[in-house]
Amino acid sequence: MDFSDFAMSIATAIDNFTNYISLKFGPFFDVISAIIQGINDPLAAGLNFLPPWLVIAAAVVGGFFAGRLPLALLGGLGLVFILVMNLWSAAMLTLSLVLTAACISLAIGIPLGTLIAESKRVNAVAEPILDFMQTMPAFVLLVPAVFFFGVGVVPGVVATIFFAMPLPIRLTAHGLKMVEPEVIEAGEAFGANRMTILFFIKLPLAFKSIMAGVNQCIMMSLSMVIIASMIGAGGLGDEIIRSISRLQVGRGVEAGLVVVTLAILIDRFTRRISQKIDPTA
Amino acid sequence: MDRSELAIEIKNLYKIYGLKPKLALDRLQSRGTHADDTGHLVALNDINLSIEAGKICVIMGLSGSGKSTLLRCINRLIDPTGGEIYIQGCEITQANKKELRQIRLSKIGMVFQHFALLPHISVLDNVAFGLRVAGVPRKERRERAAQALQLVGLGGWGDKKPSSLSGGMRQRVGLARALVMDTPILLMDEPFSALDPLIREEMQQELLRLQSTLNKTIVFVTHDPNEAATLGNRIAILLKGQVVQYGTPLEIVMSPANEYVRDFIRGTDVFKVLSAGQIVDPTRTPVVLAEGAVTALPLSRPTVAGPVAVTDPAGRLLGVVEKPSVLGTSSADWSRMLSQDFIQVSPDQLIAPLLDELARNQRPLVVVREDNTLVGIVTGASVLKALAANSGSKGKLTEAVVQIATEPVVVAGQRVG
Repeated sequence: MDFSDFAMSIATAIDNFTNYISLKFGPFFDVISAIIQGINDPLAAGLNFLPPWLVIAAAVVGGFFAGRLPLALLGGLGLVFILVMNLWSAAMLTLSLVLTAACISLAIGIPLGTLIAESKRVNAVAEPILDFMQTMPAFVLLVPAVFFFGVGVVPGVVATIFFAMPLPIRLTAHGLKMVEPEVIEAGEAFGANRMTILFFIKLPLAFKSIMAGVNQCIMMSLSMVIIASMIGAGGLGDEIIRSISRLQVGRGVEAGLVVVTLAILIDRFTRRISQKIDPTA
Repeated sequence: MDRSELAIEIKNLYKIYGLKPKLALDRLQSRGTHADDTGHLVALNDINLSIEAGKICVIMGLSGSGKSTLLRCINRLIDPTGGEIYIQGCEITQANKKELRQIRLSKIGMVFQHFALLPHISVLDNVAFGLRVAGVPRKERRERAAQALQLVGLGGWGDKKPSSLSGGMRQRVGLARALVMDTPILLMDEPFSALDPLIREEMQQELLRLQSTLNKTIVFVTHDPNEAATLGNRIAILLKGQVVQYGTPLEIVMSPANEYVRDFIRGTDVFKVLSAGQIVDPTRTPVVLAEGAVTALPLSRPTVAGPVAVTDPAGRLLGVVEKPSVLGTSSADWSRMLSQDFIQVSPDQLIAPLLDELARNQRPLVVVREDNTLVGIVTGASVLKALAANSGSKGKLTEAVVQIATEPVVVAGQRVG
């Protein structure tokens, strides 16, 4: 017996379904596109418009305020390295993609994580979906993104959002669930209602965990944005793909090092800043 | 007892954990089956307690006996499965969410084992938390919180974060947070057990000091019998979710209801509960000095060689006579021999600090009520008798006797050495 007909029929059914979705919900996807472009385009333009020395100076000053001399040095040297690698504008493009995707992920992820921690029912529904999202290989996410949004920046950001969102959701929910029951009891015992307990007690006490989620979300966005270059997101990933296709090992390694530098800078800066503004410290 | 004097009344309270607690409760009540058979856990089993206003009621038990559950049922942090709880006559077990919040705000304060302070706000804001929830304006709540901090001895620490305070200080903040609400009832869930022993005793004394002016109804959970004896006006002992004994510390220490209670309180310092009024020597009948002759002369007891108290016909203390056996019945003789050289104590004064005086056996300990009426005289024999009743075992009794008897010898030995 030949099963190829069966496999074909599944593929056809899925194709039909996605066709239907993209036709029926076209305006919905247009809105998403508009939001993503609305954030990313001005951000990318702005970062590229600013002269590199100004960005470097800002990183040094900001680094000094957040983490004294070590962070100032790291910020300055890291960005100078990117500049001398001659990958400045690609790096700025990648940075803007990362910030766009991370902002949207967090704007959805943190409230969703809160909802999961507060409601057992939402938790039961969300848990398998999150498992699914986290076990999905990064490349597979590109397929639906391309289908619904075509090629370019928007599908890249959409795929990145899907890839980066589960962790902040999980870490937010985890942080809220880990708040000491006695402190919550104290809130209840003094007559606080659910919202007061959530905003005045639980969220501040879960700050560390939530900020760990923010940090991880940005780091995962960076790794996915590089992969998303395959569907035309642009930035540093483009350099790497080009060097692979042209067998330019040196250029590929250069671009890779710049990605690593960017990752370290983002990681250290977000960590220091979150330590700085931690209300429980 | 007048019902209006009851601050908290708990009637047939049950708390059952499991899949179908209501069903398990029905079975437990109708057939008396153990809920263990149905796979449920009975945390509280038919609890009945009446707690008087202005008193400290200690709930004592081992871990897992349900004491914290019981405490949390009182302000419904835990919802009981069955039964009723009345807070000043108002049934909190029937209150809806809004009423419940109101009762918690206006009637019941709570202090927690691990302090449960909010680390991200200042000490003052922590104390003002309940007032903030109650909607008290900012200026007023800061003033009241500062006063409460002053009350617990932490004036001037308001701007600090809780993390910069020591354990004892943090619990003072926890206490201030409850006191600032001005609630008649205070629930305390092992508040001092996370503190080291010296600080714990200091906090116990602090609580008693505050209680002497504030007169709150305090429900205090502890697993430390000595703490219970120090603080409690009444002690309820819990075993597997049931109250096995409810009484004054003295009743519990002197006549434990069963082996469990006896085991539990073993090692309790009996002098924490012995007050002067409870151990007057029954053999020292006072002499009443009336016109002409004395009455109730202890002549029928020639063995009484020690001092006797002398009162007027209304029972008011006139003085002490050191050697009654040499006197006759002439009241003139007695008046002449009256001495004022004695230690006067009130009936509820603890005996422990007076033991030294007793051992030296020089000045008699006379127990007198506030209106100067006589209760009796405390002697070494009466203290020993109380100790014997408490220990219930011969070994312990001799131990106690030897201890007291050898004390002067030891002192003499040191002098020789």
